[in-house]
Amino acid sequence: MFVVKYRKIFFALSALLLALSFYGMFTYGFDLSIDFKGGTLTEVKYSDVPPTLDELNTKISALDLGGFSVRPSGASNFIIRTKELSQNERDALTQAINGPTASSTIERQNTIGPVAGAELKSKAMKAVAVVVLMIMLFITFAFRKVSKPVSSWKFGFATIVALAHDVIIPTGIFVFLGHFKGIEIDLLFVTGLLAILGYSVHDTIVVFDRVRENLKINRDTNNKEEFETTVGKSVAQTFGRSINTSLTIFITLLALFLVGSGATKDFAFLLIVGIIVGTYSSIFVASPLLVTFQKLAR
Amino acid sequence: MKSKKHIVISILLLIVFGALGFLLTKDYKPFKFGLDLVGGTELVYKADTSKVDNVADAMNSLKEVIERRVNMFGVSEPIVQTESAGIVSGNKEERLIVELPGVTDIDEAVALIGQTPVLEFRLQKANAAEITKANPNATIDDVFTSTGLTGRYLSRATVEFDPNTQAPLVGLLFNDEGTDLFSKITTENKGQILAIILDGNVLSAPVIQDAITNGKAQITGGFTALEAKELVRNLNYGALPVPIALSTSQTIGASLGVSALDAGVRAGEIGFIALAIFLILWYRLPGLIATVALVSYIILSLWVFKIIPVTLTAAGLAGFILSIGMAVDANVLIFERTKEELKKGKSIYESLHEGFSRAWLSIRDSNVSSIITAIVLFWLGTSAVKGFALTLGLGVLISMFTAISVSRTFLFAIAPRGDSGFKRFLFSNGFHIK
Repeated sequence: MFVVKYRKIFFALSALLLALSFYGMFTYGFDLSIDFKGGTLTEVKYSDVPPTLDELNTKISALDLGGFSVRPSGASNFIIRTKELSQNERDALTQAINGPTASSTIERQNTIGPVAGAELKSKAMKAVAVVVLMIMLFITFAFRKVSKPVSSWKFGFATIVALAHDVIIPTGIFVFLGHFKGIEIDLLFVTGLLAILGYSVHDTIVVFDRVRENLKINRDTNNKEEFETTVGKSVAQTFGRSINTSLTIFITLLALFLVGSGATKDFAFLLIVGIIVGTYSSIFVASPLLVTFQKLAR
Repeated sequence: MKSKKHIVISILLLIVFGALGFLLTKDYKPFKFGLDLVGGTELVYKADTSKVDNVADAMNSLKEVIERRVNMFGVSEPIVQTESAGIVSGNKEERLIVELPGVTDIDEAVALIGQTPVLEFRLQKANAAEITKANPNATIDDVFTSTGLTGRYLSRATVEFDPNTQAPLVGLLFNDEGTDLFSKITTENKGQILAIILDGNVLSAPVIQDAITNGKAQITGGFTALEAKELVRNLNYGALPVPIALSTSQTIGASLGVSALDAGVRAGEIGFIALAIFLILWYRLPGLIATVALVSYIILSLWVFKIIPVTLTAAGLAGFILSIGMAVDANVLIFERTKEELKKGKSIYESLHEGFSRAWLSIRDSNVSSIITAIVLFWLGTSAVKGFALTLGLGVLISMFTAISVSRTFLFAIAPRGDSGFKRFLFSNGFHIK
């Protein structure tokens, strides 16, 4: 199977994407939303001709609220991010952005204290770590009966490498998007990452399950086959269904991305990226890694 | 005959799901939507429970007080709940979450809750005079020690007038628990000063003359009649057992919410139709069965959302739409396996059997990992994430039933005994013709 045979090419491709992701993370950093750093987010909708971005910027900077950002959202909405505002400051902001050519309504306003934000941040990171660890333990457990030629924890470890791959690359893509498009890392982003973790392992399990089955058949029929061949065969046998199970999710996510609400658009996009990367890693990273591990052990 | 049994069960299932689907369109039990879909305000308060012994108890009565208050203002279907944050992260923080659908003026909402007074009874420390001398900015906490007697033990407050001076007073009547506590405090600390503190200000600091066992007390704070009346009203509506501070607030306009809901529902519909087309084109007859099973999945899930009830948020809807895509995963695995067995030359009936039993292991293992993720997500939970976790987790469980048991019953009901080329074609999939 070409996947296993040319595994170094696929490893290199993944390594390149990972390197790019890390490059983005270290040069641009994370554009965290108020969910994690605290602050106030105000979305304002204008009924008539909305003011220009410059006009809004001038008006808000006159309020002396410290650093802020204004981003257009849709045709007549603006999203304004500021520090955590008190009641008086909120009122002043509402006053300032109202009129003169169009009346405005506050569509939504979220205020999150810095403490709550920081707490959520640590909780989010813990959640990702806990999911990764639990899945690794589970895989090790599920494949406990497999011992030859690779021990079950290696299945778990290959899964973890694939999972890390599936989290880092979408994060990298969002870091670039954050830098160039202003997309922020918020709680929904973390939710999406966790969902990707849970899903990406599905495909990996499908292939590993087949490896498990083929190993058993080889044992029962006393068939001396190279482990590399067994894995390649398993990947080939499950190739179609790996793609198809992802495709069904891809279809619904695409609908969510194209016609779903604005609140979940970025989220849907993240999941789409995650599903693609996750499927790729199950076939081209996790399974070939098993072979690499087995060769290393010899 | 075995397939006869499958046929009977299939018909029963169809009738049940048909009925459930029909009832879904009637408004027997409406869905519960989150604030981000209907508009409204969510306020999260941090409660300072450092001075109370029984935290759970105090939080419970805090919840009751705020509930009374919110109800008084006629907000429809408010949700007041308490949450113990950070059990795992170590720093225990008690939170009060207030959701006010339809209220989009955040200042109004804050005012509505914030006016609730915190009433406390505290003993003055013996060296109070020295403390204030040494530090003129000494706080209440420096000068007074807590007695545990607070506004939550109040049964009623009334406006009274001093019989001699006609000055307005506020009369307090404690409940049974408060009466016992008050009697104990006044018995044990005779001659000391018991300060009455409202929202951090000392209203009056009378000396305990005698043990008071009837549960009655008076506040003489030099009130005007109007002030006394307001205080009584606020105390009766509920004095807060613990101080609270606003930590997070969120307001969503009603129009934004409605459009988010419409868009979410539309995305679900389009996603489903596209998925059904794919299933039927690629998986043929079993694909059609999978689509029927998927419809039953959607009907069952929506009912579970109604019954539990699950608060549907934008993220929750996204989770549900995602789960529609995941629900057919098991079917895909089964059908692919069936095709493999068909290719080996087995009969349709045998192949289906093998398909189901061989695919089971990988279905089980991958679903367990999804459930692990859902549980962790639920724990991470602010309301938006909880909604997603809940719909995703329930989706996995329900789809195990529909994608495996339901579609299995249907498939075996229609599975042919004979094996003509055309029948084999119907049960195979993809580019495979025979």
